Amino acid sequence: MRFPAPAKSQPVRTEQIILFRVSGQLFAVSSASVKEVRSVDTLSGAAKEIAQAGLRKVRHIVQRGEHSLYVVNGAMHFGLPPFAPALVFVLRRTRTALLVDGIEKMTTMTRLQALPQAFCNDERDWYRGVTAIDQTVVPVVKPEGFLTPDELFLLDSSLQSNGSADASTIAEDSPSEATLLESSPGAAPLGFKGAGLDPTPSTIDPASLPQ
Amino acid sequence: MSPQTQTDSESFVLLRLAERRFAVAAGDIAELVAPSRIFRFPHHTKEIEGVILRRGRIVPVCDVAARLIGKSLLSRRFYLIAQRRYTNGTEWIALPVTGDCELIFAEMIPASEADLPHVSGWLSHDGDVIEVLNLNALTPGPNPTILPAPAEALQQQEALS
Repeated sequence: MRFPAPAKSQPVRTEQIILFRVSGQLFAVSSASVKEVRSVDTLSGAAKEIAQAGLRKVRHIVQRGEHSLYVVNGAMHFGLPPFAPALVFVLRRTRTALLVDGIEKMTTMTRLQALPQAFCNDERDWYRGVTAIDQTVVPVVKPEGFLTPDELFLLDSSLQSNGSADASTIAEDSPSEATLLESSPGAAPLGFKGAGLDPTPSTIDPASLPQ
Repeated sequence: MSPQTQTDSESFVLLRLAERRFAVAAGDIAELVAPSRIFRFPHHTKEIEGVILRRGRIVPVCDVAARLIGKSLLSRRFYLIAQRRYTNGTEWIALPVTGDCELIFAEMIPASEADLPHVSGWLSHDGDVIEVLNLNALTPGPNPTILPAPAEALQQQEALS
């Protein structure tokens, strides 16, 4: 007698994330979205101040070959108290270099919940969703949410008027160009591409409610 | 008896905010839970305090006291977890309350045009006239109903009562 083969359990989809702090507040970002992690000190020589940008959260620009990156102060972006940043995340597929306090750890998330719809302002552009890590809720940032198209236009216009930088879009660089300066011991390289999680809708099935 | 002024008896949950009581349709209530840790992160929706973790879900906490009684709650005894309907589904929202909640059966008088948007009706219980809340108008969402400022809302309520 033959027994049917046991059903294969679906592999759990995971996504590797970096937990980082801005002004003491914990956030997460997909490690696949981070191209480089640099010490602020290594950036200081390459950064140029832009005084007339009209955007307080962006004070510096970094020229990378033909491209320019806008350095966004994470605390100002989120409206948090000022802090002394130690690291810069260069975010893939964006023109953003994000100033952060430091990396808490690298870990994996197995579930990304869509931001509840009760949150109905700018935060919808800031976050991909929220996740629970070790019984703590952490917002997962959207890399493209640090500079809106309007803000980029404002910055580009400011630069053009100063004639100081090229505002072309950054092309995707090969992972081999990534420079990892700091990470947890044993952590995967920042070029790791996990199976990206789609946010789980936070809507509920009324039938599942406790009676 | 006019059918427009009285409907069949329905179940409601009475909640307490300081000295006042309000009602929510029992069908909109998921559960009543003890306060747990609120996780806060930056956002610009001022009505939302943060989120709690409940049954694996991340549930926003919305203090409706400021709008309903004109002041935020200093202490809270429970979170009443209710369903908030959106155009594309239903989500849980946690409402801090200051006392025990009670399930009652009563007949609701539907709200009139003069009532505030967050009032879906009125019911009479133990000698009190109690507002039945419309959570869709009371709590924030993608297409929020424009509500009057709390002080203005209270003045309007006092004028009506």
